[in-house]
Amino acid sequence: MPQMTLVEAVRDALRLELRRDPRVMLLGLDIGRLGGVFRATDGLQAEFGAERVVDMPLAEAAIVGASIGLAVAGFVPVAEIQFLGFTHQAFHQIGPQVGRWRQRSRGRFSAPLVIRAPFGGGIRSPEFHSDAIEAQFVQTPGIKVVMPASPYDAKGLLLEAIRDPDPVLFCEPDRLYRLHRQEVPAGEYTIPFGQARTVREGDDVTLVAWSAAVELCERAAAQLDGEGIAATVLDLRTLVPLDVEGLVRAATRTGRVVVVHEAPLSAGFGAEVAATIQEEAFFALDGPVRRVAAWDAPYPSAALEASYLPTVARVVAAARAAVRS
Amino acid sequence: MYRQMVLIRRFEDHAAESYARARIGGFLHLYIGEEAVAVGALNAARPTDHLLTHYRDHGYALVRGCDPKAAMAELFGKASGLSGGRGGSMHLAEASRHFWGGHAIVGSHIPIGAGMAYAMQYQRREEVVLDFFGDGATGNGIFHEGLNMAALWQLPVVFVCENNLYGMGATLAEESPVKDMIIRAEGYTMPSRQCDGMDVFSVYEAVRTAVEHCRSGKGPFFVEAVTYRFRGHSMADPELYRDKEEVGRWRAQDPILRFGEFCVRQRISSERELEEVNEQVEQEMLEAVAFAEAAPLPEESTVADGVYANPIDPEAAGPESA
Repeated sequence: MPQMTLVEAVRDALRLELRRDPRVMLLGLDIGRLGGVFRATDGLQAEFGAERVVDMPLAEAAIVGASIGLAVAGFVPVAEIQFLGFTHQAFHQIGPQVGRWRQRSRGRFSAPLVIRAPFGGGIRSPEFHSDAIEAQFVQTPGIKVVMPASPYDAKGLLLEAIRDPDPVLFCEPDRLYRLHRQEVPAGEYTIPFGQARTVREGDDVTLVAWSAAVELCERAAAQLDGEGIAATVLDLRTLVPLDVEGLVRAATRTGRVVVVHEAPLSAGFGAEVAATIQEEAFFALDGPVRRVAAWDAPYPSAALEASYLPTVARVVAAARAAVRS
Repeated sequence: MYRQMVLIRRFEDHAAESYARARIGGFLHLYIGEEAVAVGALNAARPTDHLLTHYRDHGYALVRGCDPKAAMAELFGKASGLSGGRGGSMHLAEASRHFWGGHAIVGSHIPIGAGMAYAMQYQRREEVVLDFFGDGATGNGIFHEGLNMAALWQLPVVFVCENNLYGMGATLAEESPVKDMIIRAEGYTMPSRQCDGMDVFSVYEAVRTAVEHCRSGKGPFFVEAVTYRFRGHSMADPELYRDKEEVGRWRAQDPILRFGEFCVRQRISSERELEEVNEQVEQEMLEAVAFAEAAPLPEESTVADGVYANPIDPEAAGPESA
């Protein structure tokens, strides 16, 4: 089985879908000749032509808007927005348009498309280049929100996203693009949405995360092992749909939960996780659900990045506090 | 075409009356005075050409052949409406007629039309896209993103700017540095034509030229129809920005009267025949309102239906779980 980085897994999924389905089309800024800002689409224009791997003008709203038009006309567009923080420029197409066509027309037509967007901190780029604004799209009904954390998941979830009948926001953790290699099957496979992945099992505390924070929690769990605290790490994989059952099962097993994300604390998706657990598993809890998140501040410059993002030390401290409560 | 214009006028009159009786919720934007634009333009295109419009969309729906009963029921928010009561006045749409909706967010459908036009070009299809918007939209960034893309790739899309001289509460001079909207097209090297939006022939001619241009693969075309809304922006508009005299001057240009007089003068129809059309349409509209009144409201249990192709666990997502 081939070894792939996360960015290679993304490219592999795109290539397979472009080959399988003539309706699939990629649109974005510099995705063709240049291969994209992170080279996720490298070589695809040469293979599939400039009519299907389309270099767009620098206009995020038009990239998403044109994708809607193509989707309504029967194509399967996969748009790339260079950074998730740049979707601010396209939000008026995503919020009032993308997710609403199906319900507005009572299912008579819809706009199934995928918006791929690299995101997250740890690459020393400020503000919008690192913003983790996934929760904003959870508040935008009609859109599914997918947050892969590994090469294997990135490929399987992206294939699922392109074939899904609804619009999908697919957030790629740019810090992990080239960090690890993993065995990834060469052919097609899909991972269903709404199924959390148990990364490791332990009875004392559950660390809930998605995207790049999963890798952080794995490191925290390894350190907690040394202190005699056994942690489960649960990767939610998709925020919409949310695997409520899997979340409740993990929370019930350990009675203690820490949720970790890169987005600012207030009204981050961690709040939804905590609320869901207290609603569905209140009597199984041994203490309050704790949150480790970024500060309620814009993403800082590189010098302050490490103080802004959740760290292994902060996750370990929260887990210790949870176990002692 | 006379019948279509009267149909729009009477539909809007009845909608206004129903709004005053609190049968229609939210906002209501009437097309009265602008009828010649939708009628002239859509008759110059094919019924299969793709249509996207601004939120003042009732007229387009009716000319495209949407059932006035279903359109009125949609305004009433009823389950028998064009979109089951989910779209409302500003989002009338019917996929089978290639009518992809009125759009409430000003200008937001402009790049969507460009995307559809790319689909047509890619598949070498004959249909073109008609994308209607108001003068207000031309100050919005998305207008420029859409025109830029269409001109860059020579897409088969007709942009029709329905210039009714006012935004919501501002005059054209207060919101635009240019008086003639066709000047906007020049920056994109897009051919354009200005026409009299109160004259159905003038609109027809301009859009006919535009559609033929697009269909023959020569790229996008920009049409400006100068028109006037006889009523306020919405039913809630105090109209502080214009005086009654001005409205009176434009009312003398009433597109329906003008076209009616032409028909009589040219002996195409007699006054009596036109009167018969008016009466038939009035009867049809009374039926549409009665239908909308009697139609059932959507079931409460369907409030979260249809957001996704397959429902995401309604138990978990429902507000009652608290």
